[in-house]
Amino acid sequence: MKRELSVVIFVVLAAGLCAIPAFLTFGEPAESGMDQYFIGNGQAQAAANNIVTSVVFDYRGFDTLGESVILFAAVIGVGLMFRSMRGEEEHEDE
Amino acid sequence: MRMSKIVRTGANLLYPFILIFGLYVIMHGHLTPGGGFQGGAVVATGVALVIVAYSFEEVTSMIKKVGMKARESIGLLIFIGAGIGALAVGAPFFSNFLAHSGLLFGQSIPSGPNPGDLNTAGVIPIMNLAVGIEVWGGLAIIVLYMLSSIPKEGS
Repeated sequence: MKRELSVVIFVVLAAGLCAIPAFLTFGEPAESGMDQYFIGNGQAQAAANNIVTSVVFDYRGFDTLGESVILFAAVIGVGLMFRSMRGEEEHEDE
Repeated sequence: MRMSKIVRTGANLLYPFILIFGLYVIMHGHLTPGGGFQGGAVVATGVALVIVAYSFEEVTSMIKKVGMKARESIGLLIFIGAGIGALAVGAPFFSNFLAHSGLLFGQSIPSGPNPGDLNTAGVIPIMNLAVGIEVWGGLAIIVLYMLSSIPKEGS
C-alpha cells in the first residue's frame, strides 16, 4: 500500500516536472525592465565590466553583507558543534 | 589518515597553483566570471586537498586554525569597513564611492564591449578581496573542524 502510494506520488511529480516546459517558454521572464536597466547603465555607473559582480557588490551590496554574515554565523555554529564533540582533547592553539 | 607518497607529492605540487588560480578569480571578479565567493571556494579547495592528503597532526602544523579564524574575521571587517567608508565621504552606506574617482580602482571604462582594466570598479575589487579572504578562512576552518572530530587512527 505504502509502496504503491509512493509510486503514484513519484509519477505525478515526474509528470508535472515534464509538463512545465509545455507551459513556460525559456528565456522570456515576465519582468525584464530591471535587467535592461542593469545592462544599459551598469558599466557607466559601477565602472565594472562584469555586470553580475556590480549587481552583487554595488546595487545589492547590502544583501551581500547579509550573505557574508550568514557564512560567519555558519562557521561559528560548526565550530560550536564540533568542539563539543571533540571532548577533553584540546588543541594547542585554542 | 595519511595518504600515499604519490598523493602527498601531487598535493604539494598542486597547492600553490590552486591558490594562485583562486586569488586570480578573486582579483578579477569585476572583469571575468567569478568573484569573491567563487574564488574563495577555489582557494579553500586547495586547503581541503592538503587536508585530505596529510594526517591531521601534520595539517595542524601547516595550516593553523588561528590563522584561518583571523582571515575570516579580517575579511568580514574589511567588507563592512568598505561599506562604512562610504559614510566617511558623505555617500550612502555601501555606495560605490571610489568609482570614477581617479584614486584606487578609480578609472572609468568606456561603454560597450572592451577588454577591461584591473584598475576600475571602485570598491567592488576591495569587497571581492574581503569576501574572498572570508570564504577562504571560513570554508577551511569548517573542513578543519570536521576533520578534528575524526578519531585518531590506531586508538
